[in-house]
Amino acid sequence: MTQSDHNPMPTGQPPLGATNLLLRLAAIGVVVGGIAASFLYAGGWLTPHSLTPARIIDRFEQVNGPNPGFRRNHAKGVCFAGYFESNGNAAALSKAAIFAPGRVPVIGRFALAGGQPYQADAPHTVRSMAVLFKLPTGEEWRTGMNNIPVFPVRTPQAFYDQLAAFAPAPDTGKPDPARVSRFFAEHPESAAAIKAIQAWPVSSGFENSTFNSLNAFRFIAADGRVTYVRWSMVSEQPFEPVAATQPASDKNYLFDALIASIHRQPLKWHLIITVAEPGDPTDDATLAWPPDRRQIDAGTLTIDRIESEQTSPARDINFDPLVLPSGIAGSGDPLLSARSSTYSVSFTRREGERKQPSAVSPAETEK
Amino acid sequence: MGLANNRTQFAIQSRVLHWLMAAMLLTMLFIGVSMVASLGHYARLVAIHRPLGIAILILAVVRLANRLLTTLPPFPPTMSPLERRVAAGSEKLLYTLMILMPLVGWGMLSAGHLPIVMVGRLHLPPILPARPMLYAFLRRTHTALAYLLFLTFAAHLSAVLFHTWIVRDHLLDRMALWPIRRRTPEGPLHAVTSGGEP
Repeated sequence: MTQSDHNPMPTGQPPLGATNLLLRLAAIGVVVGGIAASFLYAGGWLTPHSLTPARIIDRFEQVNGPNPGFRRNHAKGVCFAGYFESNGNAAALSKAAIFAPGRVPVIGRFALAGGQPYQADAPHTVRSMAVLFKLPTGEEWRTGMNNIPVFPVRTPQAFYDQLAAFAPAPDTGKPDPARVSRFFAEHPESAAAIKAIQAWPVSSGFENSTFNSLNAFRFIAADGRVTYVRWSMVSEQPFEPVAATQPASDKNYLFDALIASIHRQPLKWHLIITVAEPGDPTDDATLAWPPDRRQIDAGTLTIDRIESEQTSPARDINFDPLVLPSGIAGSGDPLLSARSSTYSVSFTRREGERKQPSAVSPAETEK
Repeated sequence: MGLANNRTQFAIQSRVLHWLMAAMLLTMLFIGVSMVASLGHYARLVAIHRPLGIAILILAVVRLANRLLTTLPPFPPTMSPLERRVAAGSEKLLYTLMILMPLVGWGMLSAGHLPIVMVGRLHLPPILPARPMLYAFLRRTHTALAYLLFLTFAAHLSAVLFHTWIVRDHLLDRMALWPIRRRTPEGPLHAVTSGGEP
């Protein structure tokens, strides 16, 4: 021990006066407190009414009830595996390795929109196809698409409002018409989008549905040229219009028809890239592009295996729309970043929960 | 050691690493806490968060090697034995967190079967098998460690400011980027207790 260890002020500094000491302590408080307050602000703790990814997922849980272990949206689904054969047609627009001619393996998932994992299949429930392409570069491309022409909302806030507006009222079990009409009055873009969605021809099943990316993306070519695109998986199975009613006996009739169809023969979809013209909206998923836009058939998706969520690795995949290979990037559409962030919250919650049996069971997919 | 300091300050490379990493870590903590609460900026922030985390991991390993290879300037005589023990303990905690947090982040993406994209086509291989429960555990651990790192940083900053503004023992000079020569009769040169190790 040196002598100085026992002396509180060995530096020869004169003692501070009371005011000076308090000012200096206050300065430390301001610096450290200021950084701590900024940290709390950045994390959203000081703005409890601002919209965050966690609050969107909370609302899903409020509307649908707790369904531990399941996706908070598109909860009911079945998984698949297959391959994508690129024909090279899109390689001029995007340097992504997926578009070089050749075959890559895929896994994916068909699902019904909504947070109810045991809901009965219904003809007009939105259907989705999520695909994970495994590129030879080790990169991945993940995309989730719906069988509707446009998305019903433009912004994350509108999405959040829509969830509440369409939540079933406790007494009737149906959305409150007054809240629904108030929502459309406040969101005319959504009212227009719903009209377009209702005018879109719905097919009889998953197997002959066409699925659309809805959000716009950017393709980046080898020379750096940027092209705005949307994409679709267009079914090769012949279109048949949807039946007006569903059979009362089979709650999984859409999934069962899909399973039977894949067991008969592999199903095929064409990856169609739609190229935007200058002026086309690339940041608004409620607006369709004019029908005469250039389309490129980039290759064929073949699905030859169908598997229950319970046994498929695709159950534990987060189909984050911004998991993209080099050569594909997001657009200015605010829904993309919001989807990425909320999917992550949903993914973290469900992955930490014990899994319940899926509605579409292994016994059903093996039939 | 050839990397020795001038006996009152940390070695120059230690000081550069300190301030560089201080800026990176604070940036990282703010990016991390903002992005998980953000809908609109999430994607952009995550794209920075991943490569910045790996850069911190690399620098933290370099810094640990440097820490083991250099001698430290003595503690100023104004620090009590207890303070020295706390300072040494918090230093160990900070080193542990600097290395552990990026590894937990990397491991968490691996366990979640998420690609670990750096920039362009460059991505890192997974370091753990894809396991849902492991992902969820590591994801929550990553957040908990981030709060611990922020609290440790706040305590470290408070202690240094206390010494600099209240005790006025020029503690901060030990880490100043520029050389400091002082002539106080009882300056740190008189403090014979050597090293930062307890």
